[in-house]
Amino acid sequence: MIRVQADDFNTGAELERLRRENNGQAGAMVSFTGLVRDLNEGDNITQLTLEHYPGMTEKALKKIEAQANEQWDLTATLIIHRVGPLTPNDNIVLVVAASAHRKQAFRACEFMIDTLKTNAPFWKKETLIEGDRWITPGNSNK
Amino acid sequence: MIQLRYFASLRESLGIGDEQIELPDGVNNLPGLTRWLQRRGESWESALADTRLHIAVNQEIVKTDAAIVDGDEIAWFPPVTGG
Repeated sequence: MIRVQADDFNTGAELERLRRENNGQAGAMVSFTGLVRDLNEGDNITQLTLEHYPGMTEKALKKIEAQANEQWDLTATLIIHRVGPLTPNDNIVLVVAASAHRKQAFRACEFMIDTLKTNAPFWKKETLIEGDRWITPGNSNK
Repeated sequence: MIQLRYFASLRESLGIGDEQIELPDGVNNLPGLTRWLQRRGESWESALADTRLHIAVNQEIVKTDAAIVDGDEIAWFPPVTGG
């Protein structure tokens, strides 16, 4: 399942929902939660704004999820990504992979977040005291 | 008509996020459309000359020399930085 939303998500509640729906199939659930940092390249961040391409972004996330399910034997996958204005310590992204065994779940989770960062149309703009700046791929978005 | 969309820093440079235009006469691929848009002025000429820009046609990333037809949705955007 994929979701793109302005609202916050609750990592614990999402994992608990996946556990309840699992019905004993998966022996492992691996999750990655991305958060807004308060410092980037030595500058204090007061706000991080996430822009996306409605329609294409959802398609890209579904494709990433489908690729993970082709490559590994997964019982469930979840990608939630927030958009709009966020502040330091807010949740940005949640990626979960569930599988019978942990190795498949670890690898699938890493694949999904790594691929999301390079392939899904999202753009981050930082607000500093001095003004706004768009993040570019590379050191500042690892 | 074709639907044009611009995102992130490019949207801010151009001062526009989306527009609908008639497919210009004689234009049937992305290089032709880009050249047509660049004739709008200096900000368009320089912003669309950025070779790091990605282009999507109908919400799929394509090569920068891809063909276009009437009814297409064409989007230009800088490298993505989500996650």
